[in-house]
Amino acid sequence: MWNGEYSFLIPNMIEKDFKIRYRNMSLGVFWSLLNPLVMMAVITFVFTEVFTNGSIPHFSLFVLCGLVPFNFFTIAWLSGTTSLVDNAGLIKRVAVPREVIPLAAVLSNCLHMLIQIGLLFVFVFAFGGRPNWHWVWLPFIWGLEIVFVCGLSLITASLNVFSRDIRYVVESANMVLFWLVPIFYPFSIIPQQHKELYQFNPVAALVLAMRTILLDGASPAPSLLIKLTASSVTMLVIGFLVFRQLKPKFYDYL
Amino acid sequence: MTAIEFKNISKSFHMHTGRMLLRDRLTKRLFRRQVGERFYALKNISFKLEAGDGLAVIGSNGAGKTTLLGLVAGLATPDEGTVTVNGRIATLLELGSGFHPDLTGEENVRVNASLMGLSRRRTAELFDQIVEFADIGDFIDESLRTYSSGMIMRLAFSVAINMDPEILLIDEVLAVGDQAFQAKCFDRIHRYRQSGKTLLCVSHASGMVQELCDHAIWLDQGELMLSGRIGDVVAAYEGRRTTANG
Repeated sequence: MWNGEYSFLIPNMIEKDFKIRYRNMSLGVFWSLLNPLVMMAVITFVFTEVFTNGSIPHFSLFVLCGLVPFNFFTIAWLSGTTSLVDNAGLIKRVAVPREVIPLAAVLSNCLHMLIQIGLLFVFVFAFGGRPNWHWVWLPFIWGLEIVFVCGLSLITASLNVFSRDIRYVVESANMVLFWLVPIFYPFSIIPQQHKELYQFNPVAALVLAMRTILLDGASPAPSLLIKLTASSVTMLVIGFLVFRQLKPKFYDYL
Repeated sequence: MTAIEFKNISKSFHMHTGRMLLRDRLTKRLFRRQVGERFYALKNISFKLEAGDGLAVIGSNGAGKTTLLGLVAGLATPDEGTVTVNGRIATLLELGSGFHPDLTGEENVRVNASLMGLSRRRTAELFDQIVEFADIGDFIDESLRTYSSGMIMRLAFSVAINMDPEILLIDEVLAVGDQAFQAKCFDRIHRYRQSGKTLLCVSHASGMVQELCDHAIWLDQGELMLSGRIGDVVAAYEGRRTTANG
């Protein structure tokens, strides 16, 4: 029924989200830098000064490698989840393809992520890291993270239409995830019997892959890349299927 | 050619008393399959609108008029029956739907055009025309929160009419424009109708729709009371209203 141009609509929606978010902030995009910097400083303080732990070199960079993908994941997932309810007026009055709304909400956080990635690179250089060919994996794994969050958001956004407290479930899950993603501890100290569980957590796998690339100067293990790709693509497919199933009822519940 | 056809359409909503909590969903799913009463917004409605005709939907609040437009626009799905629509639709269902108060008029026009399905190229071609018709002067560069409701309506109407639809759906938004702009809109819709395009509009005040439409249907609490020439339907509707009030 709607036969417009996705390549015009989606950039427009992303731009709109971005403008709305930053137009009313006096510090603008600096907020994107401030949040990870403060978090990094606090975590570094706690785990180098309070709980002394001398085994991890470049601890602040180590933490930032965890924070950047984690931040993107939580913010994008939450804004994706609430997007349909926030845009109820649009759903009820304009025949735009419904999928576009959560997808644009997730994608509009990408610029935010790019800024944080820029910050990450500054730290990598400051700690003596130099570009090498292993870095070609970085855009690939970041792309997978976006794919994964898109899939997850399609599911939670459509469920949130029917039960408005799904957003609080997502918020709690993000809190839990902060501890279950190895942000301030290395993958290697996780006891063997729990490692399996971590492998199924795409955000944890992503952090692990980023540390391998940026700190160890090596490519991530092929098995990790395969698992990450499979879980992200599967999540996107399930997301579209769930969304397609539920979208005819959106009008009735918004 | 038929532009819009409704065959035995029924549409109902859950009466969920505003509670949409996870707990309720889980318990309802576990203990009872079907809960709550259903409210019928439309009951077994059939009508047909030929391409090039103008149809007014008349009725009091809660008669099902907006639900009917939602079904035509493909926003909602009916419980029963089939909706057939042939032609490109432009909708003007609520004042400034798809507009955001923090964006400027110009930015809103672009976003709105892309939402309505215009391509990048068409939007660029039509942009000046849209702004000119809306005629809101320098406000086009101001954020929408500074607009009066009349100005928002001007912009929204201008986007909808200038995208040159084959079917135009209007849900009583023209009333907020001042007289000069209302006259301009009427004039534009007349020209639109004369070029053989279809109009479906909703009104609970029947005065101005009479000039724009030839046919009308009268809805009351989801039921089709009468359909026919607009003069007859309006007369019956007004007659009924007077008796009810008297």
